[in-house]
Amino acid sequence: MTDLVDRKKLNYIAAQAADARVNVELETGGMTLNIGPQHPATHGTLRIIVRLDGEQVVWAEPSAGYMHRGYEKLTEVRTYPQITTLINRIDWLGSFANEVPFILAAEKLMDIEAPPRAQWIRTLLFELSRIANISLFLGDLGAQMGAVTPVFYAFRDREHVLNLIESATGGRFHPNFDRIGGLKEDLPAGFIDETHSVMRRLRNFCDEVEDLLFGNIVFQTRTRGVGVIPKEVAVQYGLSGANLRASGVDWDLRRDQRLPLSYDKVDFKVWTHPDGDSFARCWVRLQETREATKIVDQLLDGLPAGPIMAKVPRIIKVPEGEAWVSTENPLGEMGYYVVSKGALGPFRVKIRSASFNNISVTPWVLRGVYVPDIVTVLASLYFILGDIDR
Amino acid sequence: MIAVTIPYWGQSLLRVLGGTLAVLLPAGTIVYLFLFKMMSFMQSRLGPMEAGPYGSMQLFAEVGKWLQKEDLYPEQADKRIFKMAPLLVLVSTFLLVAVMPWGPDAYFTNFDAGVFYMLAVSSISTLGILIAGWSSASKYSLLGGLRAAGQLIAYELPMILAVVGVVIQAGTMNLQQIVWQQNSEQAAIFGWNGLGNPYLLTQFIGFVIFMIAVQAELTQTPFDMPIAESELVSGYMTEYSGFRFLIFFIAEFAAVGVFSLIAATLFLGGWGIPFSWFGWESTVPGSFTDVANWMNVVGPIILFTKMIVLSFIVIWVRFSYPRLREDQLQRFAWKVLIPISLINIMLTAIFKVMF
Repeated sequence: MTDLVDRKKLNYIAAQAADARVNVELETGGMTLNIGPQHPATHGTLRIIVRLDGEQVVWAEPSAGYMHRGYEKLTEVRTYPQITTLINRIDWLGSFANEVPFILAAEKLMDIEAPPRAQWIRTLLFELSRIANISLFLGDLGAQMGAVTPVFYAFRDREHVLNLIESATGGRFHPNFDRIGGLKEDLPAGFIDETHSVMRRLRNFCDEVEDLLFGNIVFQTRTRGVGVIPKEVAVQYGLSGANLRASGVDWDLRRDQRLPLSYDKVDFKVWTHPDGDSFARCWVRLQETREATKIVDQLLDGLPAGPIMAKVPRIIKVPEGEAWVSTENPLGEMGYYVVSKGALGPFRVKIRSASFNNISVTPWVLRGVYVPDIVTVLASLYFILGDIDR
Repeated sequence: MIAVTIPYWGQSLLRVLGGTLAVLLPAGTIVYLFLFKMMSFMQSRLGPMEAGPYGSMQLFAEVGKWLQKEDLYPEQADKRIFKMAPLLVLVSTFLLVAVMPWGPDAYFTNFDAGVFYMLAVSSISTLGILIAGWSSASKYSLLGGLRAAGQLIAYELPMILAVVGVVIQAGTMNLQQIVWQQNSEQAAIFGWNGLGNPYLLTQFIGFVIFMIAVQAELTQTPFDMPIAESELVSGYMTEYSGFRFLIFFIAEFAAVGVFSLIAATLFLGGWGIPFSWFGWESTVPGSFTDVANWMNVVGPIILFTKMIVLSFIVIWVRFSYPRLREDQLQRFAWKVLIPISLINIMLTAIFKVMF
């Protein structure tokens, strides 16, 4: 009896050894593929090292830092008003949204609050930059899967939003418009009517994308059931924003947090999706864009009159203390932890950007997918390189 | 008729020139009309406008640009094979055009195994793509080349099976006779011969399968995994630059034109229009004695028009769809297209015997 078992064991070992020999001789062990830092799918300089077995990924590792600009350190040698110029280059597609949490943190330390009109306009521009950001995502999504046409629709309609932001702030990409205690200027004449019509246009764009992409059977087979992130994993990896909501976690800082922004004055729905796959993430973003256009419309209708700047000393000195403020940015939760020692500039700033945490889930989610799915999963996680490497 | 005797070398020269024209003219038209202009209008932009009126000289500008570029190849590449690959891809389109009938007397060659020959030489390009991917010594190229090999072999089969339906119905493999079968006096759909018998109508399933297979064979979206610019950079042609890339580029769009020509000949009646419209009585199968001589000039134009319509569909789909994944594509070929085309063959055979 023991003899038989031993023989079985021997056969097993022999088979294993034969397999190993074949693998060594023919070098079938797998292939390391280096995706990036220069690669069309990483829109920027993200590098992902994947180990492939055929076309299947057995191991993946994102390697960030090719575009690190040292913003946290740079803030230490700048005054508060200068810092907004820097930080609005973090997520370059929704720049205004980057300024807001930092300004709010500084205001919290100084114990001042912007006047209501400034708060409303801040929220308005915040949502406009969300639309500008996510509408590009919706177009780019197609490009990552080989559908070239939606990209151009996205660029065409985003242009109108950028024009709005430009007319209000003077800058298309980097407004640098937010000030401690309020805003730089008031809205220009004719802004409200123009914005209403652009929002209608954007809603049409959302319908168009839904027709072109989300209803497309090829798109659905490529995204449904691919790159599933369950609720627990999403929370453990610290995902935020649409990625988290797509995993079924109903968490939105706009609704769940009291900040001096006007989200409590408007009526909006926080969309979630139970699936947690690539399709869910894209779908939640699409719905969010629609919701954001509705928020903008409501904000415009209820815009209060009044000053746009609170009483602020000419030279801003922030009293000693520490403050943490985070907001629901287009990419997810973005927060600033500001430590002040009472000088003209902060002593230390910690920036929590959404994309850095969002791509940290890639080693987990990319395991077992095929090479084409790497691209769709990355596209659906939606990162901006500047948001990963501050 | 002017009776001129052309010596043999002159005939060969004319054939070569004609073949070159037949490959390059459709390719150029497709690139300018569809790739530059139609795609731009679909994407709400103007496309090239500077070079020539409405950018019509853009193509020459691009060709000039590519010809000036340095001929780069990777250090690790197998250089002889690497240089040969794009030519091999282009050659298959030239070989394909050789059997195309353009008019009653306008053809390069006319032989009985035309369809068989056509299907055989169309797979030479697969070889070119595979060796391009293999010899580039790049991982992206390798993945692209292997994907191409798998895909092109998988879609060769439904394409052949779709053509088998046509061959059964026509009862011949000679392309000239297939044209005759679709247009002659006797061609009729259940006794009605107002339109002749374009196999588009009677072989509709075959036509759809053929066009899908052609889309895959040409590696156009939604079947463009071998190129897949967002994941594999450019697939098998990642490492190519300069005029070698230009040859790949010409080959790609020349192949769109040539496959559209084949589809037009097999399913849309080729160069012909229903002969009964003009009272041409060609009763002997495959003889065009009664067909007017001016069809030798008008025929190519008709065929060209049909080709443009079909390649419009190919390019239209290309710009509207995202791409599938490799395994989904294989599943589609083996589990959907091949069974349907087998059923199509069976039905065709039954109808052929019954009527």
